[in-house]
Amino acid sequence: MSLFWLRIAVSLYGLSMLYALVALLRRREILSRTTLPIAGVAVTLHFVALVEAFRAGGMAGNPLHQSESLLAFLMMLLFIGVFYLYRTTSPGIVVLPIAFLLSLSAALAQGAPPVISPLLRSGWIYTHIILILIGYSALFFSFIASVLYLLHERSLKRKDLNGIAGKLPALETIDNIGYRLLLIGFPFMTIGLIAGSVIAQMQYGASYFQDPKIILSLLMWGVYTVMLYTRWNSGWRGRRAALLSAFAFAAALSVWAANYFSGVHRFVSR
Amino acid sequence: MKLQLLGVNHKTAPVEVRERLAVPEWRLEEATRKLLQHPGVVECVVFSTCNRVEFAVASDTGADLHGFIRDYLLTDVSTLREHLYEHNGDDVVRHVFRVAASLDSMIVGEPQILGQVKQSYAIGKAIGSVHANLDALLSRAFSVAKRVRTETAIGSSVVSVASVAVELARKIFGNLQGRSVYVVGAGKMSELAARHLRSHGAGTIFVSNRTHESALKMAERVGGTAIHFDQLYRTADQADIVITSTGAPHAIFRREHGEMFMHRRKNRPMFFIDIAVPRDVDARMSQVEGIFVYDIDDLQQVVEANVSDRGREAERAEKLVEEEVARFKRRMQSLDAVPTIVALQQRLEQIRQSEVDRLRGRLGKLSPEQESAIENLTRSIVNKILHVPITTLKGFSGSDQLASTAELLRSIFGIENDASQWNGASGVTNEEASKRLHQRQEQSLAIHSDENEVAEPKPGSRH
Repeated sequence: MSLFWLRIAVSLYGLSMLYALVALLRRREILSRTTLPIAGVAVTLHFVALVEAFRAGGMAGNPLHQSESLLAFLMMLLFIGVFYLYRTTSPGIVVLPIAFLLSLSAALAQGAPPVISPLLRSGWIYTHIILILIGYSALFFSFIASVLYLLHERSLKRKDLNGIAGKLPALETIDNIGYRLLLIGFPFMTIGLIAGSVIAQMQYGASYFQDPKIILSLLMWGVYTVMLYTRWNSGWRGRRAALLSAFAFAAALSVWAANYFSGVHRFVSR
Repeated sequence: MKLQLLGVNHKTAPVEVRERLAVPEWRLEEATRKLLQHPGVVECVVFSTCNRVEFAVASDTGADLHGFIRDYLLTDVSTLREHLYEHNGDDVVRHVFRVAASLDSMIVGEPQILGQVKQSYAIGKAIGSVHANLDALLSRAFSVAKRVRTETAIGSSVVSVASVAVELARKIFGNLQGRSVYVVGAGKMSELAARHLRSHGAGTIFVSNRTHESALKMAERVGGTAIHFDQLYRTADQADIVITSTGAPHAIFRREHGEMFMHRRKNRPMFFIDIAVPRDVDARMSQVEGIFVYDIDDLQQVVEANVSDRGREAERAEKLVEEEVARFKRRMQSLDAVPTIVALQQRLEQIRQSEVDRLRGRLGKLSPEQESAIENLTRSIVNKILHVPITTLKGFSGSDQLASTAELLRSIFGIENDASQWNGASGVTNEEASKRLHQRQEQSLAIHSDENEVAEPKPGSRH
């Protein structure tokens, strides 16, 4: 049943993504009128799918794809939250396709053999995963915001007001969204990493520290911290902030990809 | 029913002429009443704004609007004639649609005009000078205006330099609430821009000028704080928006100043509006990240871009108006068939009744069964006879043939050509008439004598 709901949600994400792309090409804002209701329904169904998957056996089914699905869900939640706070749907241009692809991958590949790991039965691991994924979503969202900021800044400097600048929210608003999400994401990321370390320490002892994914995670956390500090201390935004968050994002991506190389995160029982 | 409109606007008449004709807001009601009493006028509405004065009427046989202007405004019309334009029939429909949609405005797309038209409409409704025809026309005009606004981008750009400055500031800061403005050089235009920003929510205003006196005066006028000119670089970073218009021969804000400001502001963006010629802000300033500089030419360019954008959108809007005019015309014409159909039915019913009465006199007392048999028989004959003419009339709805066919049918059946064609004189709206018609056809009931008023003029209306 979980997969059924997920697949409907995926189709709806696809639909709202199409609307978002059409809205990008057109002058009028049809995005909020059509996309949001569709996305709202999709997120609800997605939630149902997640709950059902969880009740059916937690993430044991396929941890990688489950977390893809969860990540897509969290990003959509942030998207809707940002809309309610700032009345802007612009991040949707990026968020909707990403959520679509992530959940599509989850919806298509769920037949993989179940992984049996004693780890996945402990509550700690879920705390770790959910916290980290919230951190990821916030980080990624903030990266989108800084790219939009750059685009907007460029068109304002070029005095081209009918291009992208006409469609995006005000520069300060974008900046505000990005900064707020960084602030929100940081504690989640930090506590999530701590939770992960605790689990790994218990499970694997001190050697977990040499795992590539964990090293990358720490690097990412470091960049994240630097980003927050420069923003808070000297108000870095625009190009410098975008560069930093691009770096953090790249680190996050490789952390994600490291699942394929990380012994710790493959959940193979040893 | 005939539609007419007479007026002047900013295109046909200079302001001296327009002000002679203008009807101030407080006299609008009186003017409308006077126009309603003018011979021939059945319905009327008066539009008066700073760019136009127009009198629109619906009448049976046409009204002498020139005569009205002469009588009401006590103005010699002959000197005005070259400035006046007059529209009739469909042209009135088109003109009113264009006015309401702000296509006829001096600044195409400006939104105030619709409010002014609505006000005239409300006055007309209140004193009863706007009912059937003008009501249909104006209500349609409002939805046309709405369509134009939502389906074209005509109202979405702003035009004056001051409002472009506000628009730009909004693109950078979003809400202007609490943003501080620094006016450097106490000029007229910068004062205007500052006022405009303030009216959109900007908070503190600083004013600095080489002669401190002028700064003090202007600060007092705009409710700001005057700052000595030698404090300029030490204080300018406190402002989010700097409007500069000094007469200095060389730039007073250079790149190094910008970098200093940004450092002190912790990189919060800063917006320079440079309306001085020669410019007050060095061109290299805009290389500093977070600083946005728009000089007078840039602002002007935005204004022009907005204007030409409007031109393109206006074309789309004009097309839309044409569509709506055609639609309105069709609707009016199709409703036009209704009075003829009603008259036909009345005429035949009248004949039927009198023949049945005559027959009854000859036959004496009839049983209820016989009575109803006769009633049914005659009624069905009448309905059969009427069936084809009515379907034909309805079929011609919306085409030019309707009028001639209706005319022909009227003369064949000996129906007098009364003036209720566009129903303005009958006191029954088209909607009511067609509703009644519908009821009649549905129930196939006898027409009661009280419904004969459909064709009779209301005592209060003029002919």
